Amino acid sequence: MTFAHSTLLIALLVLLAPVWGALLAGIDRVLTARIQSRIGPPLLQPIYDTLKLLRKEPIVVNRIQIVYAYLHLAFMILALILLLCGQDSLMFLFVFAFSTLSLVLGGMCVRSPYSRIGSQREIMLMVAYEPILILLMIGMYLVNHNFLLGSAATAPKPLLLTMPLTFLAFLVVMAIKLQKSPFDIATSHHAHQELVKGITIEYSGPYLAVIEIAHFVETALLFYLVMLFWASSPLIGFLLACASYFLMIVVDNAFARLTTLWTVRFMWTAALAMAATNVLWLYL
Amino acid sequence: MSNTVKVSKSPWVVHFNCNSCNGCDIEFLACLTPLYDVERFGILHVGNPKHADVLVVTGSVNHRNSRVLRNVYDQIPEPKVVVAMGVCTSTGGIFADGYNCLGGIDKVIPVDIFVPGCPPRPEAMLDGILAAAAMLETKRTTPGTIPARKPLLTLVPPTAAAGGVTATRKEA
Repeated sequence: MTFAHSTLLIALLVLLAPVWGALLAGIDRVLTARIQSRIGPPLLQPIYDTLKLLRKEPIVVNRIQIVYAYLHLAFMILALILLLCGQDSLMFLFVFAFSTLSLVLGGMCVRSPYSRIGSQREIMLMVAYEPILILLMIGMYLVNHNFLLGSAATAPKPLLLTMPLTFLAFLVVMAIKLQKSPFDIATSHHAHQELVKGITIEYSGPYLAVIEIAHFVETALLFYLVMLFWASSPLIGFLLACASYFLMIVVDNAFARLTTLWTVRFMWTAALAMAATNVLWLYL
Repeated sequence: MSNTVKVSKSPWVVHFNCNSCNGCDIEFLACLTPLYDVERFGILHVGNPKHADVLVVTGSVNHRNSRVLRNVYDQIPEPKVVVAMGVCTSTGGIFADGYNCLGGIDKVIPVDIFVPGCPPRPEAMLDGILAAAAMLETKRTTPGTIPARKPLLTLVPPTAAAGGVTATRKEA
């Protein structure tokens, strides 16, 4: 494949990422409805929702709120480009974390207590999952002897076979990032009795749509990140990512929402121990 | 592209209990159960007026909550529609004679659809919300509310002489 071809492919994947994320969200909503023995919305419902939000009247609390919403989306797209180009994994983590941080700052810059609580919880979630992602990148370094994400494709064995425990820990991180129960504590579609909508409570109309689109991109990004675990064959990687996403939906429906402190405790004991054991095993 | 998908395909509903006895609220929550499953129409029950398109109000309005109702209504971004659930929202219902009761919610905010009943059945509520959602599309291009007709059939309590309940038709 020439340089022009691969550039075109990456551009296409980035442009299609929000659509792919929205489709995954649609599948999630239909499957969740079926698990609850309901019919559920049409498959394209998340796209209808986003198009509707884009056409609503823009209401803002303050102007800086809009900047953070767009920064959230921009850094998420940048993280996706870094991932698809196989760039430096630590830079990818930094950009990905800054995207979430923009969302937190957007939630913090308004006076709503629910928004502040949601932002504080999101910070605690970041504290909970970031060590796992760093251990994942260190594990990839020990396998490939460099920090380039692209070298996962040329690894002698698929990463899933060399880092099975880290993969399990990563699945928990995926559940947190996708806002799935038991970790949907910072912002949730279902928790409106206790948190209203958390971080996004003061966003409405087109600005809420920007955050929704960023979440679709994030969903696609996590999907591609799972594919990295079997990067030598895109088909097996795709099936692995589909299976992981299906697992997320089942777990989401099977668990109740738990507390922030429980999440941090769980991540810093069980998940961290799994990832660290795997890294130690690779190191020895 | 955005004009081919109608805004009425994703009505997000915020529910406000104005002074209700909870009967309508319980029936409204029944719409979310697998038997009625409002999500198949794209209806989502949100807890935040800033995310909503449809305001569902139950109960009559009084001096205390009229300000709150107005505030919730004002926070919903345009285009928006209001569905008045149950008989209290149109006339004050069982609370109509109360010293603090102002009457129907149309005294405070413009109402698009009245759904009669005490409480209305979930099917009637679904009909009301979907009729209101259909209005979202026209409201997007031409803002403003055409005041809705109130339910015409009113039940009058029996007089001392005649036993039983008589239904009389009153023009609202």
